Amino acid sequence: MSNLLSLVTFIPLVAAVILALLSRGDSEDSQRNVKYLALAATVFTFVASLMVLFGFDSSNTGFQFVEEHSWLLGMQYKMGVDGISVLFVMLTTFTMPLVIAASWNVSHRLKEYMIAFLVLETLMIGVFCALDLVLFYMFFEAGLIPMFLIIGIWGGKARIYASFKFFLYTFLGSVLMLVAMVAMFADAGTTDMAVLLTHNFGSETLDVFGFQILGGAQTLMWIAFFASFAVKMPMWPVHTWLPDAHVQAPTAGSVVLAAILLKMGGYGFLRFSLPMFPVASNLLAPLVFWLSAIAIVYTSLVALSQQDMKKLIAYSSVAHMGYVTMGIFAANQQGVDGAIFQMISHGFISGALFLCVGVIYDRMHTRDIDAYGGLVNRMPSYALIFLFFTMANVGLPGTSGFVGEFLTLMGIFQVNTWVAMFAASGVILSAAYALWLYRRVVLGDLIKESLKSITDMGRREKMIFAPLVVMTLLLGVYPALVLDIIGPSVAALVETYHSNVAAHGIVSTAASTASH
Amino acid sequence: METILLFAPLVGALIAGFGHGVIGDKAAQVLTTGLLFLSALLSWVVFLTFDGHTESIQILRWIESGTLSTDWAIRIDRLTTIMLIVITTVSALVHLYSIGYMAHDEHFRESESYRPRFFAYLSFFTFAMLMLVTSDNLLQLFFGWEGVGVASYLLIGFYIRKQSAGAAAIKAFVVNRVGDFGFLLGIFALYLVADSIKFDDIFLIGPELAAMELHFLWRDWNAANLIAFLLFVGAMGKSAQLILHTWLPDAMEGPTPVSALIHAATMVTAGVFLVCRMSPIMEFAPDTMSFVVFLGASTAFFAATVGLVQNDIKRVIAYSTCSQLGYMFVAAGLGVYSVAMFHLLTHAFFKAMLFLGAGSVIHGMHHEQDMRNYGDLRKKMPYTFWAMMIGTLAITGVGIPLTHYGFAGFLSKDAVIESAYAGTKGGYAFWMLVIAALFTSFYSWRLMFMTFFGSSRGDKHTHDHALESPTVMLVPLAVLAVGAIFSGMLFYKPFFGDHHKVEVFFGIVEDSKTQGADHADVGFSLIAPAHAASTAEPESHATTDHSDKPKKILDKLGKGAIYMSPANTVLDDAHHVHWLVKVSPFIAMALGFITAWLFYMTKLDLPRRVAESNPVLYRFLLNKWYFDEIYDVIFVRPAQWLGRTFWKLGDGKIIDGGINGLAMGIIPFFTKWAGRMQSGYIFTYAFGMVIGIAVLVTWMTIAGGK
Repeated sequence: MSNLLSLVTFIPLVAAVILALLSRGDSEDSQRNVKYLALAATVFTFVASLMVLFGFDSSNTGFQFVEEHSWLLGMQYKMGVDGISVLFVMLTTFTMPLVIAASWNVSHRLKEYMIAFLVLETLMIGVFCALDLVLFYMFFEAGLIPMFLIIGIWGGKARIYASFKFFLYTFLGSVLMLVAMVAMFADAGTTDMAVLLTHNFGSETLDVFGFQILGGAQTLMWIAFFASFAVKMPMWPVHTWLPDAHVQAPTAGSVVLAAILLKMGGYGFLRFSLPMFPVASNLLAPLVFWLSAIAIVYTSLVALSQQDMKKLIAYSSVAHMGYVTMGIFAANQQGVDGAIFQMISHGFISGALFLCVGVIYDRMHTRDIDAYGGLVNRMPSYALIFLFFTMANVGLPGTSGFVGEFLTLMGIFQVNTWVAMFAASGVILSAAYALWLYRRVVLGDLIKESLKSITDMGRREKMIFAPLVVMTLLLGVYPALVLDIIGPSVAALVETYHSNVAAHGIVSTAASTASH
Repeated sequence: METILLFAPLVGALIAGFGHGVIGDKAAQVLTTGLLFLSALLSWVVFLTFDGHTESIQILRWIESGTLSTDWAIRIDRLTTIMLIVITTVSALVHLYSIGYMAHDEHFRESESYRPRFFAYLSFFTFAMLMLVTSDNLLQLFFGWEGVGVASYLLIGFYIRKQSAGAAAIKAFVVNRVGDFGFLLGIFALYLVADSIKFDDIFLIGPELAAMELHFLWRDWNAANLIAFLLFVGAMGKSAQLILHTWLPDAMEGPTPVSALIHAATMVTAGVFLVCRMSPIMEFAPDTMSFVVFLGASTAFFAATVGLVQNDIKRVIAYSTCSQLGYMFVAAGLGVYSVAMFHLLTHAFFKAMLFLGAGSVIHGMHHEQDMRNYGDLRKKMPYTFWAMMIGTLAITGVGIPLTHYGFAGFLSKDAVIESAYAGTKGGYAFWMLVIAALFTSFYSWRLMFMTFFGSSRGDKHTHDHALESPTVMLVPLAVLAVGAIFSGMLFYKPFFGDHHKVEVFFGIVEDSKTQGADHADVGFSLIAPAHAASTAEPESHATTDHSDKPKKILDKLGKGAIYMSPANTVLDDAHHVHWLVKVSPFIAMALGFITAWLFYMTKLDLPRRVAESNPVLYRFLLNKWYFDEIYDVIFVRPAQWLGRTFWKLGDGKIIDGGINGLAMGIIPFFTKWAGRMQSGYIFTYAFGMVIGIAVLVTWMTIAGGK
């Protein structure tokens, strides 16, 4: 099948269109139909994406399943995946059925809700498959619109403030990215990303208004992309939109945000910054390292003093993304392998943690940690699941959370031991805030009157967690499932990067202090 | 066989944890205990039939990235087999004991099914501990390391309704993580220089590391010293050595069988195991080793001083554990790894027994733990009394001076102290250990006297109902008592007594036939201990064996379970120390006993008067040298303060404030354009995006021709 990727990408959109056109009324029957259609569409998308995974040849480091068509106004429609992107597609298609299932009790404007999520899925998959600059830009930017709507319509009390903040941050970033894309096109004469990956962007020192810009055009473009991706990750200090967005978003929105949307920034670094602007990446890597190290320590400390469960987990997400950015720009096999692994794993773990919050939010309608305590007495299954993902979040070996953390730290250690040391202190802080949260919510005696009748998780809820538990354990015990797929592509990426840096580089700061 | 013994506890844990609803509480307990006994049986078979050749069994690939390659694997060598018998034996006995101990628990309602959970945790712990010791690379070791940490967290916090238990569990986990932080950095540093973290590879590169500089943080360090130090930081956390010891006393919040298994016999000795396991690197890191000796000796002393004044029976034993771990580190730091393992082995028996004995007292006294409320329990709990007595005789080191007859602690502790004298030329470590031995004797006898002798104090009702524990709890005590009496004499030769035998035992050299019949092999000495122990020490063989052939010694690198460099002669020197040194621990023990007798049997108001005349010192010791308070001030509070400041000031005022300020200038401009709709931002955004695409496409159309 030559258009498999397009199929995977657009099935959800087609389902959304069908919903929009055919679904009428708010009767119970029609609501049920809407839910089942959405679920069926996402499951079918997942099955179709499995065919991509099984057909994927991991020893081939080039793009596979490539589709290329001319489109409007001379634009190209080009799709394809390689070892770096294919698992993000899988992560998206895997997560969405769970997200739909987790939304089973939504009744307010259900049809629009499902449409928003289905459209969002198409756009997210599109980001990871697009091989044309314009196409990428469209998917990347358009993805925010359904997310805005999800927060703005189905969100909490302060949703307007949250979406305002979300808007501000992302808008500034995307304007700069657009400028850089124009410049890239002007320089290379094409929007084909496969060609851009092999294009040498100028790295001669430029003189702008009397400032010497080391790395020249590459540096400028790198910064422009960085502005967009750093917000998306999010990196310190442009992370403050995330806790607010998470707090206001409905549970399913938080899951998508944490599990998939954040990964677009990391993917962008891997797809654009590192391979296309190697000289600039090499030059600016220390900046990324330090921002990452600060993010890990700073946001972990902030997480310690949170009163809102979702905020705490959101801050923890920022810290975990710090490992990702650090690993990517360490630009060695372990660092990049670890970064990708961490993103995949974080998708399962943080998604599950937000679902955990959702479970008790559905029952008590509060996220305030002090409103809980002693849940283990009435919710033993919940206590177990929450504990499992808390431990995974802490990076316990045997869960997937460990592999990414370990590899990224190992990668950065070879480049900068200071950063490695600060980042490694995250293992202490994460244990502190995660277990502290768990203790306050789950352990102790159940005293609060309001909790006396709380019920344990039902079958549907357990079914949602089951796949996440399986994946977290499976990847923790046998990470080769991921590492075998990404390994060759990452090796090629790292090798090209270093040869480019060696050929054009100014100073070789990131060329590893290893002396063997 | 190794695979079965490794996974049997895991299977038990899973079935008990998830299947107890189906098979029932009783069956879950019996099943986990049965599987543990199977594990223990197989461990003894492995231990007794082990021929000195390291073998590896690969199970599954694990993390592979670039040149990093690690597997799930089982490595069996002498060090592993020793740990196997310690872990599975104590664990099996603790499982059995727990059937009695956990039968009723006031922390739970009768309807609650808490017992299977307890047994599942215990079995899971055992599995993780076995993974730790059977690993063939540092990463799997780290898996076990963290796994036991989680099990410890779960078991310390087992009384889920108890606030203090929850706090202690977190403390244990977080403080251990501080150690893990160092451990991880050590692994990274090792990978950086060795390009591998498999034992087979890294055991060979010690000499290279010793000659290599490695840049870490602000300067270059000697690679061997740096790596050894970072790994040791991990050991400090797990084995509760000074600075990172604060979690261990608090860990006593868990049920007493947990304290016996995890916080006395097995998990806390993992740090000692790590140092011994890494001996091929430690041997090339003299500075770090000096630090290990210093810290071990200091901990032994510090913990013993605190143990003098504690009133909670479990805390006394906890500090005692901390102190004894210090002894092991002194031995390991001096390069006599076999002696460290010797003390680890004997300590596992007598300390597990002391804890289980204490548990029996607590059980009989309806969960009263304050020794001030005990007294005169000798007659009410005769079996427990005798078990505790044997444990006390073992830990204080009772034996016949200048011979090899005595309780377990007599042989192993004296071996440590003699090594300390030989290794430091009678320096700091030696004196600290001898003083600690005196204190050990004092607090151990104090515990005995306060608990079993004198008049009954405290709640009369509790004393009237004080009962001996059921048989299921007494049997494990009896088995451990045998270990506490005989394990020292039994294992003296292969661990310490004879250099050649030590090397054979640890698989460093082949047992050569020419050594003659008086060199009874290990298996023989196990079967006929009396014969082996009474055999004259043929030390001349051992010394000539390695002094003539330096080349052969270097060949020993990477062979066997431990490595002792040719320059390291502590093991032999320890046998030639002055006889006064050899009797010094005995004298210290006797002094401790006499003082305790004086304080708690004859002049009963003496303790109070001594405390009153030295109020500062007394409070200093009672409050454990104020470590918790100091840490609260310099770590906990600043971290909380920083978190709040970063949040309110950093995120709130500076970042958001700055961006909002910037935005207030721009936004109105856009919203005017896009109209004042509720979701105006989205339209603005979509509008911006469309413009963006338009710009791109226009540009392309114009520039497309070039």
